[in-house]
Amino acid sequence: MLSIKNLTASINGTPVLKGIDLEIKAGEIHAIMGPNGSGKSTLGKVLVGHPAYEVTGGEVLYEGRNLFDMAADERARAGLFMGFQHPIEVPGVSNAAFLRLAYNKKAEAEGRDELDPLEFDDFIHEKIKLVAMKEEFLDRSLNEGFSGGEKKRNEILQMAVLEPKLAILDELDSGLDIDALRVLGDAVNKLQRPDRALLIITHFPRILETIQPQFVHVLSGGRILKSAGKELAIELEDRGYDWVLEEAAAGGAR
Amino acid sequence: MSSTLNVVTSQEYKYGFVTDIEADSVAPGLNEDVIRFISAKKGEPDWLLAFRLKAYRHWLTMTEPEWAKVEYPKPDFQKIVYYSAPKPKKPQYASMDEVDPELRRTFEKLGVPIHEQEALAGVAVDVVFDSVSVTTTYREKLAAVGIIFCSFSEAVKSHPDLVKQYLGSVVPSSDNFYAALNSAVFTDGSFVFIPKGVACPMDLSTYFRINNKESGQFERTLIVAEEGASVSYLEGCTAPQFDTNQLHAAVVELVALDRASIKYSTVQNWYAGDKNGVGGIFNFVTKRGLCKGKASHISWTQVETGSAITWKYPSCVLLGDDSIGEFYSVALTNHKQQADTGTKMVHIGRNTKSTIISKGISAGDSSNSYRGLVKVQPKAEGARNFSQCDSMLIGQSCSASTFPYIEVQNRSARVEHEATTSKIGEEQLLYFQQRGIPAEEAISMIINGFCKDVFRELPMEFAVEATKLLSLKLEGSVG
Ligand SMILES: Nc1ncnc2c1ncn2[C@@H]1O[C@H](COP(=O)(O)OP(=O)(O)OP(=O)(O)O)[C@@H](O)[C@H]1O
Ligand SMILES: [Mg+2]
Repeated sequence: MLSIKNLTASINGTPVLKGIDLEIKAGEIHAIMGPNGSGKSTLGKVLVGHPAYEVTGGEVLYEGRNLFDMAADERARAGLFMGFQHPIEVPGVSNAAFLRLAYNKKAEAEGRDELDPLEFDDFIHEKIKLVAMKEEFLDRSLNEGFSGGEKKRNEILQMAVLEPKLAILDELDSGLDIDALRVLGDAVNKLQRPDRALLIITHFPRILETIQPQFVHVLSGGRILKSAGKELAIELEDRGYDWVLEEAAAGGAR
Repeated sequence: MSSTLNVVTSQEYKYGFVTDIEADSVAPGLNEDVIRFISAKKGEPDWLLAFRLKAYRHWLTMTEPEWAKVEYPKPDFQKIVYYSAPKPKKPQYASMDEVDPELRRTFEKLGVPIHEQEALAGVAVDVVFDSVSVTTTYREKLAAVGIIFCSFSEAVKSHPDLVKQYLGSVVPSSDNFYAALNSAVFTDGSFVFIPKGVACPMDLSTYFRINNKESGQFERTLIVAEEGASVSYLEGCTAPQFDTNQLHAAVVELVALDRASIKYSTVQNWYAGDKNGVGGIFNFVTKRGLCKGKASHISWTQVETGSAITWKYPSCVLLGDDSIGEFYSVALTNHKQQADTGTKMVHIGRNTKSTIISKGISAGDSSNSYRGLVKVQPKAEGARNFSQCDSMLIGQSCSASTFPYIEVQNRSARVEHEATTSKIGEEQLLYFQQRGIPAEEAISMIINGFCKDVFRELPMEFAVEATKLLSLKLEGSVG
């Protein structure tokens, strides 16, 4: 589904990604962990087409197509989704109107019927149940004044509306209370299918108990230093990152 | 992958065509003879010529205002044509069919309904082409309830006493440089009179069009609503695309007597000049409403998208106790456009209330300023004002400024002012794009959200137009 080869990228001339290799197949769940500032969010933003980042080398294929040949909105309509670490607030734009436009753009691209406001109303009411969101959030301005956790919930609502093939969830768990973490974790699991894939960026193994990855990668200094099964998450929790860095410096295994 | 901001912006101005029509014009230049010529051409009574000459003599002693945050080459007033009228086949059009077909086609192209059959449901239209009013629709229907809606020149002939009573009563001829100039040379405009107790059954609308390259447009609008009367009035404007600047210096006066209400909405789309700032209209307009009676209500709503320079402060003088003044504004500037616009709310009567909602959007290299005065005079016991001035920036090289002036001379008054500045930046756009929404639609959605509080004040059809116009004007400015 997604194949990243030796990807390098920089922002304002500063290299942040220094050669990423990663292969994600349909049905898989991957987790990326790593120290602050190591480039995790950057990787996600580069993949979804954030204009501030410059791709300086490497190659990314998404379902066999060169990802960088596609505009950001085209990538989204092709099924790529990112739940942001810090979702932005948009005053005056109603959450429901935004969700409907996003839904209809994708429906249009896939040759499905677009939903009028009434049809969408029925549709969205099913979706908000999945993430246990209160109805009133639909009428509010997009993310405006939402608490950190509410914003994350809204991101997963958008994911549920768009049903992406590949979802990158950047620190979904940060800012969530215990119940919300369980609800949203379950929602993400329900949305996962054999023909879909997930890339979970996190600092904590807890969320990985609900959304169980087959692969855990350690990203540090713009490189993936180690990849293993989900037991790696627990080991990192116990031992921190230093040993991974040392291992890598000693020319150790990746 | 460099910034997606600042890519294009060249949606062509679609009203930029010129109508090839024979015009009856005076030679460029201004002196007392030109004023006498205009007045004679219109067969005006002596008092009106005297009004003009007094204004002219005062204007000669005045200098152009310099305080606005706009820069432009000062117009050469001797190069302007002060009278230009499409030459009619007959002196008066008895019906629309006699209007020059070329002129009719112009308005068809502009989408302005001048045939009653084709008119927008429930909107009566007065059409002003260069200096002259071409047609007014639905006149008889309105006359049946005592409403007068006609061109200014006609009103001077048919209702001289009303014109004489109210002309200059809100904006004196000596008010400011451009108002004085207008008072001296105004050629046409609209006149509306709503008698006591009558609620105007339809929206009234004037459509202004500048066609002549050298002509200035100096129109004069006067709206009077008597006790308990109400009216909603819409104004639209376009101009052809020339590489020289044309001057538009209008005066609009509104008078509301006891419990009367006037709602005045404008969608201004004068030619703004090209991407490099060549050409475009200089829009120097004085608009003022007098809430003369008790519990009267005047509301200005404007969507300013055109003109190279906009200098405009639709204001309310709240004289009657319990009167209400409102100003809702969206001003959008792009490329090299400059706008300095806002309002004045002068509280004189007791318990007077005013609301100011201003939304400035700047893109390209433009400059967009809000300038507003809230003045509470000593006798305005219990006066209240709420102002909200928000600016939105698109891209890196535009600017937005806010100049709120507050003068309060009564201690019981409450004046609140809020201001915000935001940016449509890459992050916001990426968020929309990441959800599959193309940049253009994203901008349109963000801008509409930003302007929501103003758009909901516009009559339905105007609101739809305004929404489209803003999207058009910003097309490509982010992309
Ligand atoms: N606009 C920018 N200008 C300069 N440096 C930047 C900019 N944006 C990000 N960076 C740098 O890029 C590096 C990677 O940032 P990124 O957000 O990808 O880290 P992260 O791994 O997601 O960290 P965290 O765990 O704290 O979320 C950081 O050192 C950050 O400071
Ligand atoms: Mg991050």
